[in-house]
Amino acid sequence: MDWDIVIGIETHVQLRTNTKQFSGASTKYGSEPNSQACLVSMAYPGVLPVLNKESVNSAIRFGLAIDAEIASKSIFARKNYFYPDLPKGYQISQFELPIVGKGKLSIDIGDESKDIRILRAHLEEDAGKSSHGFLEGKSGIDLNRAGTPLLEIVTEPDLNSAEEAVTYAKKLHNLVQWIGICDGNMQEGSFRCDVNVSVKKKGSTVLGTRREIKNLNSFRFIKQAVDYEVNWQIERLEDGGKIEQATILFNPESGETKSMRSKEEANDYRYFPDPDLLPLVISDQDIAAIKKLMPELPEEMKTRFKKELGLSGYDATGITSSRNVTKYFLKLIDLGASPKLAANWILGNLFSQLNDKNIDILDSPIIPEQLSVLISRIEDGTISNNAAKKVFEILWKNTTKEVDLIIDELGLKQISDSNEIDDIVNKVLKSNLTMVEEFKSGKNKAFNALIGQVMKASKGKANPAQVSAILKEKLSK
Amino acid sequence: MLNLSLKEISNALEEKKFTSVELTQFFLNRVKKHNPSLNAFITVDEGKSLAMAEKSDQLIQSGKKSTLTGIPIAQKDIFCADGWKTTCGSKMLDNFISPYDSTVINKFNNAGAVNLGKTNMDEFAMGSSNETSYFGPVKNPWNLDCVPGGSSGGSAVAVAARLSPAATGTDTGGSIRQPASLCGFTGLKPTYGLVSRYGMIAFASSLDQAGPMAISAEDCALMLDVMTGYDERDSTSLNRKKENYSNSLDNKIEGLKIGIPKEFFEDGLDSDVQKLIEEALKQYEELGAQIIDISLPNNHLAIPAYYVIAPAEASSNLSRYDGVRYGYRTKEYDDLMDMYFKTRQEGFGDEVKRRILIGTYVLSAGYFDAYYLKAQKIRRLISNDFKAAYEKCDVIMGPSAPSVAFKSGDKQEDPLAMYLQDIFTISTNLAGLPAMSIPAGFVNELPVGLQLIGNHFEESKILNVANVYQKNTDWHLQSPKGID
Repeated sequence: MDWDIVIGIETHVQLRTNTKQFSGASTKYGSEPNSQACLVSMAYPGVLPVLNKESVNSAIRFGLAIDAEIASKSIFARKNYFYPDLPKGYQISQFELPIVGKGKLSIDIGDESKDIRILRAHLEEDAGKSSHGFLEGKSGIDLNRAGTPLLEIVTEPDLNSAEEAVTYAKKLHNLVQWIGICDGNMQEGSFRCDVNVSVKKKGSTVLGTRREIKNLNSFRFIKQAVDYEVNWQIERLEDGGKIEQATILFNPESGETKSMRSKEEANDYRYFPDPDLLPLVISDQDIAAIKKLMPELPEEMKTRFKKELGLSGYDATGITSSRNVTKYFLKLIDLGASPKLAANWILGNLFSQLNDKNIDILDSPIIPEQLSVLISRIEDGTISNNAAKKVFEILWKNTTKEVDLIIDELGLKQISDSNEIDDIVNKVLKSNLTMVEEFKSGKNKAFNALIGQVMKASKGKANPAQVSAILKEKLSK
Repeated sequence: MLNLSLKEISNALEEKKFTSVELTQFFLNRVKKHNPSLNAFITVDEGKSLAMAEKSDQLIQSGKKSTLTGIPIAQKDIFCADGWKTTCGSKMLDNFISPYDSTVINKFNNAGAVNLGKTNMDEFAMGSSNETSYFGPVKNPWNLDCVPGGSSGGSAVAVAARLSPAATGTDTGGSIRQPASLCGFTGLKPTYGLVSRYGMIAFASSLDQAGPMAISAEDCALMLDVMTGYDERDSTSLNRKKENYSNSLDNKIEGLKIGIPKEFFEDGLDSDVQKLIEEALKQYEELGAQIIDISLPNNHLAIPAYYVIAPAEASSNLSRYDGVRYGYRTKEYDDLMDMYFKTRQEGFGDEVKRRILIGTYVLSAGYFDAYYLKAQKIRRLISNDFKAAYEKCDVIMGPSAPSVAFKSGDKQEDPLAMYLQDIFTISTNLAGLPAMSIPAGFVNELPVGLQLIGNHFEESKILNVANVYQKNTDWHLQSPKGID
């Protein structure tokens, strides 16, 4: 039987504010446990929350970036449940009236573009961390993270494969960094996805029962978890079983998903408006002021690069896939590289090395200043494209070396002096009379063979374009 | 030093008739002598109080004195005070030493006032008789067999028995005004948002409001001058220009329109109390005021709405007392859930548990709309009733409590009867309005309070109206016999 896969994603984006959502405590990662747990973070008797304006601005920026409605009035609500790392016994979140309403984010699947509808995005605070096992029979609570601002971004169930889910997550990951609201550090938990998965019979309009995979903090895990879960659900259904609504966890070591709690065990969170916080009112002027400060968005830049720089759709998408890539690209252009060559080199050789070594382009050992020299040597005919690849490899291993020195040492310089090429061509023509005859009798193949001979005679250094032109001229005489 | 007004004490300190240390010691001695029978204070710390008094004396010496500098104030044990045990009347916080000052405490400290000690109260401010305190019941100094009212019962008795020149209280459904009525002094609950709630342990956040408890309206005005003001640490604090509440105390009240809600004189009101209230109103007429009949048609819904909203908020506010970070934790437990269950079972008293259960219930899926949302709608209706009433009158008056102080234990087993104690006070909390209780006579040698309710931010007006009455009567100057 054929099945449709239906996926919706809730992403917890940690906002890049200096202080917590409702207190002045620092949000710095990796400090001594509880050194950033102020009285509010620890929910001391009598303390009160005060909303962080920066996080509100971040939410507005996100709303503008996905073309969403920004609520003129939104409400903070308490989500009540007991857990040791939730000091108040409730999380302050938004329930009925979130700050960001319906919007959309488009993703590229092959050459197709697909709009993913965003249902809502709301502000809330993170919980602390429990650690088990380091004290015999006890658990440790670190409240440094308690109260850290989060924006939870919820999609409609518009994604239909693990690939689409990952593409969406990557796109969102880029966007929140692009607009400066999140540091994007997935290992530190700054970007975590809860993925809702269900399957239904192909073409059916009735959605299947979903299971929610909690807390995935890598794109690879999203792919693995969704693939595993989809197979599990299909197998179960095909065996005549039923899917129960559940919250599940993905174990990266086993690559399997496991049920954490069923619907019956789900908490009744007893949401109600937080009486300690007034409704959040945002005026049109507030939104207009933030709009003025918005950077050009990746989608806008992609369109512009296609139009103004003549980049292909593939290149434009690649170049705008992250803010740092775009920066690198723009720097290269600034230094005089042609956009097409710059994009080719970034998305080709540079990406392959960076991905191989798992390095962000920001930390690339080859900096734009070096790559631009290399590209300019291709453009001015000093070296061939193939020779440039050799130079690139040397440069990657020995980044302090000058590009021109490498070219000299390897003797890669092309012969672009037309007199010199002229001489070589003459010699080749003289010693390959049969080929010349063949060409003249209509065998076009012979032309390429002659070029090959010239290149061979020049030890590969002759500029192929020039060789071709000179050869053509001489043969037509 | 006994029976002096705050202004008189202030002048005496200024004129060096006595020092703050002498004054503080005088009241500490009274506390020491009478607290064993009255149980008004949970924590007294002579050393701390006297050290504060010494500092105040230095301020006075160097001419840096403001009105309350050097004056001892009893603080309800709901206000966090740095270095002081702050229990909120609960076993749950019996071991809790606050590491910080609430805004109210901070303001008194900045004014140079002396913290005389932390006063007894109903557990987490839940009660109308001060019988729910983990630290034992407080006794009414007019009759030790009677309750002082609650929840600010300790502060009430501290003022009524002259153990302290003045005290602070909090009022969620009547917790300043009902004990003021039952103990015979002046208490004011300000407009919601006027006094910062930061550091004041929360019962029901949308209703809680701190206010002064003192002998007279004049004293309350001086206290209020110190207590009010915008606080950026409390998001519900109102950012408006600070008023001086003492300036308009002596304004004339001729032509004042006093609205009398007929609902305040229906069932439940003791006829002797009613008589005294009517006499007080007559006196106001003689002073030039005009009595106007009004109606608050939804007042009968105030108690039901309150007992949905307040417990709902409380059930959530009290979730933080889980034994994990501070406060009481049960001795032995098997696992996390067992620790939670035992800690909260042992740490909270019956009334607190009752309200947590009610609150949890009304917020539960399937019941939320029928209870919580409906109660919020009623709250709006009650607010609208007042709005309509203030089209016709300047202040509203009536009884503060349905009866004089009742016998200890009388209503302890009947929560509903206890809840009715606040039948005249709760609607003003729901509407966020300022209201006072002032002494208006005695029934069987027990005090009766007259309630004055103002429109939003009209503290100055009700203080003025109360002060004019007090200039023409001496009910507020009576003090219980046998407490010397």
